[in-house]
Amino acid sequence: MSGTDASVFAPVKAGARRQRRRPLLSVRDALSPRAHAAAGVLAFVVPLVLWCVLSYVPFLWHPLVLVQDAGDSTVPGQYAFIAPGQRVDGEVFDGRNAELSAARRQLASGERVNPIFLPAPHEVARAFYTAFTSAPERTGDFWLHESLLHSCTIILLGFIYSMLIGIPVGLLCGTFSLFSRLIEPFVDFVRYMPAPVFGALAVAVLGLGDEPKITIIFIGTFFQAVLVVANTTRSVDFALIQAAQTLGANHRQLLLRVVVPAALPALYRDMRILLGWAWTYLVVAELIGEKSGISAFLYQQQRYRHFENVYAGIVMIGLIGLITDQVLAFLGQYLFPWESGKPSLVRLLRGSRRQANSSQAAVSSSPSVSS
Amino acid sequence: MIDLPSYREQSPEVAAHLAEIRERPVVLTVGSVGRVFDSPQGDPIIALSKIEFAVHHREFISVIGPSGCGKSTLIRIVAGLDACTDGAVLLDGHPVVGPGSDRGMVFQSYTLFPWLTVRRNVMFGPSMKGVPRAQSEQQANEWLRVVGLSNFADHYPNQLSGGMKQRVAIARALANQPRILLMDEPFGALDAQTRCNMQAHLLQICASVDVTVMFITHDLDEAIYLSDRILVLGAHPGRVLEIIDVPVPRPRSSD
Repeated sequence: MSGTDASVFAPVKAGARRQRRRPLLSVRDALSPRAHAAAGVLAFVVPLVLWCVLSYVPFLWHPLVLVQDAGDSTVPGQYAFIAPGQRVDGEVFDGRNAELSAARRQLASGERVNPIFLPAPHEVARAFYTAFTSAPERTGDFWLHESLLHSCTIILLGFIYSMLIGIPVGLLCGTFSLFSRLIEPFVDFVRYMPAPVFGALAVAVLGLGDEPKITIIFIGTFFQAVLVVANTTRSVDFALIQAAQTLGANHRQLLLRVVVPAALPALYRDMRILLGWAWTYLVVAELIGEKSGISAFLYQQQRYRHFENVYAGIVMIGLIGLITDQVLAFLGQYLFPWESGKPSLVRLLRGSRRQANSSQAAVSSSPSVSS
Repeated sequence: MIDLPSYREQSPEVAAHLAEIRERPVVLTVGSVGRVFDSPQGDPIIALSKIEFAVHHREFISVIGPSGCGKSTLIRIVAGLDACTDGAVLLDGHPVVGPGSDRGMVFQSYTLFPWLTVRRNVMFGPSMKGVPRAQSEQQANEWLRVVGLSNFADHYPNQLSGGMKQRVAIARALANQPRILLMDEPFGALDAQTRCNMQAHLLQICASVDVTVMFITHDLDEAIYLSDRILVLGAHPGRVLEIIDVPVPRPRSSD
């Protein structure tokens, strides 16, 4: 019985194919690829269909009436104020018609509509396009793409600054109890203060430009980042650290060569979540001092009662967030090949040269194993 | 107490082999080591009390005992991962004060670094010492050949079976050329067949590589199969009951 029995030491094969159809409901079991894809599409299609039904099926909801013809406006009455183009309550419209029919005059006409704050999907879809193509209504206002770009810049800068400081501090806290005790109690205290309360202070100190906005994003994410990163770092398997110690690693090497790489995939996931939080602070940040970015756009459109543009803007934020997250998740597979089984990004970038070398090495080393 | 009628009887060749081992220089001295844990209830728990033995160069010594006898605590003290409250551990005459690369350790749980390929895992120790990359890579390839995993050098640990992982862990510990290899129930998590293969493999490695081994196990068969001497620990408090010279000549087979 030699130790090189290939069958015992053969590499673990990734999930053997299953022929039987998998049930849709089964506790903590993966869906079949088809069901997985279908459910993912349904996640978006179902809300969209609900919205369409609510918008296009006339007898569902539609609480208001869009007055097309106010009838005989000379008839006095409680509801005489209605005018063409107005959206009025169904009761008001019926009340006016009761008044008109009592006076035997021409009745008002109109169609049942939804409130202005619920535009139909096609209106939002159109707004999605026209919001980019229509010039700003006042000079000095920004185009939508300029607003979006400005928002993204604020987010990115605030987030990068916060990560640049937050991750190293969190790593130190998670690795050394001294730093944890020195830093975490205070951070824990500050993080309960909502970031927006620093708005006035930030404007007073930093003026009206982008700096106070970046500061709000920073404050909103930094304190959370320290605690989250510290916890993630603490969850690194202690056995790995001990193994490295018995291999002769010193403090610095333990931190940089063991703790950091061991925590990296989880840190990357943390950062994806924190980036989402940065977006939630964006709206507050953009409305302090001088209004700017996508929030200013939304604020303006809301004042002009262009709700289809408001929805288009909101959906755009959601899309940007979703796309960024999906791109980051996709990149993550190649950044952490040991978790995903995908080739590493470095190796992909280096290309075929390296591949040729390694296959050569494998060929030259194989005879020594069989001997 | 272990009740083997004739376990103290040694054939002349075994006696000569053991005498030859006793002639060799002492690598590790455990001098009346004790370890007391504070317990929240107040009474301190004595995990180890007056443990005393010496390990000679290229000797294979097993430590066996029931669970709770402190055998893991003992090997952690030798590794420097835990401190003794009494006595001292000497490696080549120098007291052990913390973990170091002169004592390689293989843990029961899989402790390969998941972000490094198998080859990089084996290179970890030498690279901590600043050995140039080309040299440590060459050494790593050599150690992977010794444990029979040359074909898996570019795999990640999660692509390997349990037995393979432990073989890489052995190669990683040996790549540091430690004075003594400490193994804390390294095959405890493996299935019976794989464990059998690993034991045979470990014997091969020990025969071909200049290494001294201290091996923790709770499996008497495993201890007899592998060791020159067996240290039997008793529990409450953890203490040495007996040190047995294994009367089985080498080379050994698994039955």
